[in-house]
This record gives sequence, C-alpha cells and structure tokens, in this order.
Amino acid sequence: MALLDVADLTKSFRGLKAVAGASFAVEAGAIVGLIGPNGAGKTTCFNLIAGAIKPDAGTVVLDGRPITGLSADRACHAGIGRTFQVVKPFVQLSVLENVTVGALHTTRDVAAAKNQARDVLELLHLERKAAEPAGTLTLPERKRLEVARALATRPKLLLLDEVMAGLRPTEIDEMVEVFRRLNRETGLTILLVEHVMRAVMALAGRIIVLNQGRIIAEGAPDQVVRDPAVLECYLGGAPA
Amino acid sequence: MSPLLPALPGRARAGLLLALVLLLAAPWVAGPYLLSVLVLALYYAYVGQAWNVMMGFAGQLSLGHALYVGLGAYVSATLYLHAGIGPWAGAAIAACVSAGAGAIIGFLAFRFGIGGVYFALLTIAFAEFTRIGFEHIAWLGGAGGLFLPVVERGQLDIANLRGGPRLFYYVLLALTVAALWLCHRLKASRIGYYWLAIREDPEAARALGIDLFRYRILAAAISAAMASVAGTVAAFYYNSLTPADSFGSAKSIEIILGPLVGGLGTLTGPILGAFVLTGLGETLRELLDASGHQVPGATQLFYGLVLLLVIKYLPNGIWPGLARRLGLGDRVG
Repeated sequence: MALLDVADLTKSFRGLKAVAGASFAVEAGAIVGLIGPNGAGKTTCFNLIAGAIKPDAGTVVLDGRPITGLSADRACHAGIGRTFQVVKPFVQLSVLENVTVGALHTTRDVAAAKNQARDVLELLHLERKAAEPAGTLTLPERKRLEVARALATRPKLLLLDEVMAGLRPTEIDEMVEVFRRLNRETGLTILLVEHVMRAVMALAGRIIVLNQGRIIAEGAPDQVVRDPAVLECYLGGAPA
Repeated sequence: MSPLLPALPGRARAGLLLALVLLLAAPWVAGPYLLSVLVLALYYAYVGQAWNVMMGFAGQLSLGHALYVGLGAYVSATLYLHAGIGPWAGAAIAACVSAGAGAIIGFLAFRFGIGGVYFALLTIAFAEFTRIGFEHIAWLGGAGGLFLPVVERGQLDIANLRGGPRLFYYVLLALTVAALWLCHRLKASRIGYYWLAIREDPEAARALGIDLFRYRILAAAISAAMASVAGTVAAFYYNSLTPADSFGSAKSIEIILGPLVGGLGTLTGPILGAFVLTGLGETLRELLDASGHQVPGATQLFYGLVLLLVIKYLPNGIWPGLARRLGLGDRVG
C-alpha cells in the first residue's frame, strides 16, 4: 500500500498553474525522486503536501489518512517531516537546541529530547558542532541541520528539498549514505526534490518528472533518464 | 542538574548569591532616597522580565504592556476599595483578568494573522482605548483616578500590603527572584524551546509540529499575568492610580527599556538593564539637582540616548557581552 497518495493536486498563483493536476504515490519504505526544471512545481508540491500552503483542488493521503489542507504543524503530527530549500535554521539557538526542538515533537521531556537530538546529530556528522550557534554554520552544515531537525520529529515520510545543493561530491556521497542507512535500518520513506542527479540516481528507486506542474514521466531511474520528453525539458540534449 | 539552579559555573553561582545577599541587606543600609531608587529598579526588573517572556522568548513585540500593569493596578485597587478584597487575592484575580486580556488580544491578532509591526500597533491601540475608556468610568474615579487610604507612619500590615518602602522593596525583590526562577524554568522546558523556535523562524517551527497560535497565546497570557502583579504592587505602593499613568504609552515604553538595554531574551538582561538605567537616570537627576538645574524630561532624554547607544553598539544588549567577558560563556542566561 502506498504511504503517500497524491491525487489531482492543483495550485495556481495569480492564474499561473504551479501544480496542474499532479497524481502520484510513494510506497512505504521507498525512496522516490521528484525532478524537473526550475519552476516545474516541485517545491510547490512539497509545500502542498506538508501543509505550508493549501491546494486549490486534489487530495493528499498519508498512511490512509487524508491530510489535504492540514496546517503544517498538523501535517507534522500526521507524520511528515520536511526540509526547506532555502534553509531556515534557528540562528540564535545552538545546533543541539535546533534539533532538540524537533525531538520535542516525540517527547515532552527536554533531557530525553536532547539525547535523541544528539543521536541524530551524530548520524549527520554534526556532533562536533552541537554547542555552536546555528548561525555560525556553513551552508552545507546548515543543509545537514535541516535534515537533522526534520529527522528528529521521527517522520513516516521525509520530504527533502534540494539538500544536496552546494555540497561537494564527497559530501553528497556521505549524505546519500546517511539516507540509504536510514531507509534500510528504519524503513524511513523519502521523497526528494533534487537537481544533483548523482544523488538522485544513487538514492531513488523510482523517479517522477514534473514539468510545468504536470507529471511527464515516471519510472525506474535509468529508464526515466532516457525518456525523450525528459531529456528535452530537463536533462538537455540527446543521450550520449 | 538541580531543578532549582541550572548547571551554572561556580563563579556565576557565587555572583548570584552575592547579589542576593547585597539586595537582602540593602534596605538596612540605604537611606530613604536610595531605597526608593532601589524599589523603582526592582519594579522595572520585574516588569521587564514579564515583557521579556513575550518579546524576548516568543518574539511578539508588545508596545502596550502598560495595559496589563494598569489592569493589575485597577482591578486589585477596585476590589480593595469596593469589595474589601485584600491585595494578595486581588493580585491573583487581576492576574487572571490580565491573562485573559492578553489571550484575547493574542487570539484576535494571531487568528487574523496580524504580525510584526501591526501586532505592536494593535497592542498600543488596546492600551490606549483602555486608558480613554477608564477616563470615563466614574466609579473607577474617571480621569482623576483612584486613591487608596494612605498608610500611617510605621504601620506594617503585610496581609493588606500596607507599610513603608521596606515592605515594598522586599515584596518586589521576592517577585523579581520568583520571576527569574519562573523564566529559567520556562526557558528550559518544552514551552521555552518552542517559544524560541517561533521567535527565530515561525515557518520552520510550524514544520516541526509546533502550534504557533497556541504557544503565542500562552506567551501573551503568562506575560500579561506577570506584568499585572507589578501593577497591583505599584498601586499599593503609590496609593494612587490614574488612567494616564497606568495605561499611558510612556509607561509601556519604560517597561521595555530594561530588557532592550540589558539583553533581550536573556534571563539576566532585564534585571541588569533595569538597575543600570534606573541607577544612571537617578544619578543624572541628582547631579542636575545638585548643580541647581531643574530640567524636566532630562531622564527621558537620557534614556533615549542610552537606548540609541545600546542599539548602535550593543544590539544584543549589555549582558551577552558582559557574560562573555566574565568568562561565563554564551550559555549563561
């Protein structure tokens, strides 16, 4: 059964259809990539699923429960964790405190939340930065902090919005390994918007391609990257 | 970690104890004038902490906090004069009324998405129309205000909060310490973490499952209730209250100076700021008096100047830099 089921999702901004009737599903335990050119509606899709904005039409079902139009905090309660493309660290709080805020979603006890947060920081190789104010982190570290904070809420579905952007190839490989491990060991389901094809190809079992708010291709990664429609709008040029 | 004292470095703990001992001994050493200055400093230290909960912790700029202080004063004074209810019970009732007022204003603002500067304007508006309203309510004394029976010399009646400056000094000291403890506990709890998250980035906080509406209202209610108690104490200290003094915007501004100068969002900042400002302000007044000059508004001008300098050179207030210089690090509130 699909963990996430999105049907006919539609959202317009001033008459411009950012997402135009997109339907797709993400199976429990899967890692699915959502790719497409800039302005294709990927982040809008995320915002609609995570409750940051409300759809004009369509439904979102998580784990059999309709979550269409829920506010972002309710969506989090339903089991959605998300990162922001433009990172949003709590700059004056320490790295540990940032992640503790996320962990407090699962427990009222601050000490327990801090311990959970430390585990998550270790997972993302941020433990040495735990006491630093988040405002002092570099961009790649901030990206990892976004992930750590979202993970600390123990989501059923993790939405990753371009967390690889700006990372060096070795850092990308490290991050890929983190998600693989999480997926393997905890069965965490991941939907990722990503331009870094190296990461998408390494992680995703299935890829959905969005263009102008519509899904134009869907399938296994090696199959999708050879699709002429995808090549034309996104990956550019004929296959080598 | 003890639930009462955080894991403070030894030096910070020693400093805190020393300050407390000095403050406890002060009324027996200080003359009447110095005592009145200390009462004023403690009053602003306490009420600054109350405001700091809302702005420093939860990031909601209230420029109308005089509303809650004024409600605290009026509700308890009215209950005392008209119903014979003592100031302690009156303070509790007034705190509930103020918490309710804070929650209602918060509800209106947050329900309709009024944030930032517009929220601040809304808080000013509520304080102002309460002031104007109270000026027209005859049984509350109208614009002339209310007067409590003046205390006889040497009288001490703690149950009715009747006594000299020493009594009020200790009451305010107790309140200031209690508020410090409460703020520390709040900041270390889930509520505190959520407030800081909301202050730093509401959208990110929301994505982590935080109900912004609920936690913002909670901050407004707690802050209002705390501020209200200061109003009650002030009413019984001065024995008189008028709508202009109680709800006026000058009052609202005076409340926020301490935390701004001392360090917004810190535990120590509001207390430090209140003592520094009150101390400097009174010194200036003394110097002017001694040199034979009567300059009305000089203290206000001076506060404005201090505020300008702090914002320009110490945007985080005095305390964060001072704490670092004292080797207490960033983590000591």
